[in-house]
Amino acid sequence: MGRAKLPRKSTAIDMTPFCDVAFLLLTFFILTTKFKPDEKIPINTPSSVAAKVAPQKNYIMISLDKDGKAFLNSDREDVKTDAINILNKDHNLGLTDGEIHRLATMPIIGTSLQNLKAYSGLPTTALNDKLPGIPIQDTANNQLTEWMKAFVSVSQDLQGEDPENKANNLTIILKGDNLSKFPQFKNVISALTDNMILQFQMVTNPEMVPVGSELWRQAQNAAPAAKANG
Amino acid sequence: MAELDTSSHDSGKKGPGVKKGKKLSTRVDLTPMVDLGFLLITFFMFTTTMSQPNAMNLKMPDDKQNVDPTKIKQSGALTIFLGKDNHIYYYEGENLKADLSNVQSSNFKDIRKVILDKKANTPPDDLFVVVMPGNASTYKNIIDILDEFSIDMVERYALVNKVDPQYEADISKLDSLSTQ
Repeated sequence: MGRAKLPRKSTAIDMTPFCDVAFLLLTFFILTTKFKPDEKIPINTPSSVAAKVAPQKNYIMISLDKDGKAFLNSDREDVKTDAINILNKDHNLGLTDGEIHRLATMPIIGTSLQNLKAYSGLPTTALNDKLPGIPIQDTANNQLTEWMKAFVSVSQDLQGEDPENKANNLTIILKGDNLSKFPQFKNVISALTDNMILQFQMVTNPEMVPVGSELWRQAQNAAPAAKANG
Repeated sequence: MAELDTSSHDSGKKGPGVKKGKKLSTRVDLTPMVDLGFLLITFFMFTTTMSQPNAMNLKMPDDKQNVDPTKIKQSGALTIFLGKDNHIYYYEGENLKADLSNVQSSNFKDIRKVILDKKANTPPDDLFVVVMPGNASTYKNIIDILDEFSIDMVERYALVNKVDPQYEADISKLDSLSTQ
């Protein structure tokens, strides 16, 4: 009796479905991705259990780096232009319209008011953590207060125009580094509270709520209730 | 996978001079394409930001408004000092004693129990936590302690941002005591 011959099968695998999956995933990632914004000043934010997503639009961001230097940024160029205009007038900085426009389009503002003129001529490559930052070190010369004053007045003008328009509600975000010390943070807060900005947001990394804590228990209780209602 | 072209071996029956075009397989080897696909997927997975940064709300009291300090009941007060190197010092209730004898030392892990104990032992309306960061404390310490309040669901707390020189001296004294 001859042994039954097994048909010899090719070891070649059809790669087509595999390729399909790969490119499907690739398309998904290309379409959903948003590149990490180019960070001029490296900041490691602390983490918290806060669940609210940081605003991505209509914000004024104050960054506080690990050496306690403050930087300003906003996604609204018109707001920045108006604020710089006000400061220019109040402090006789002698900025031309071109310089103001250049400052407003810069990704970050990090120098004293007196140096703004020279600062407007800096190339983008010079905008890094070696900048001096907005002076906040001592309470007597806290220039962030001046900036916030200008921003508050711009924001009030905007709201006066059309209070219903959500785009006119500017949010103040504070982005601080893990290692920045309290005295600088204190001066940033006083710059805000002196201008009656009593509510602001602080950027943090998301963190899990510790299991067994009160907040965790509340979330656990809320979840079945929501299920029962839904 | 690389495939051997075996088609030429079948053409043995042809007579001499009969030439036939080589039959080429229409199958394309997709392996390099898959490789490239996964390489790009990996690239996009690493560069993408899936997790958006979160924001924590902080409301500061208006210091231009005069609040009657007697509104806070001494029995429900818990004062937390933030020292250097992630040290925490706290005292309950009554005013700080001059020799700092009623101050206890803690850290970010154990403070949760302290807050929860205090919360359990005080009527909810009386509980009030005051945070006084020292000059050596970091931004992370402040966020951590505020986060601790939201974890423990403490609703009434205040961050003191105008630190009295007296308290500052006390905190440095506590720091020097704890390092001994």
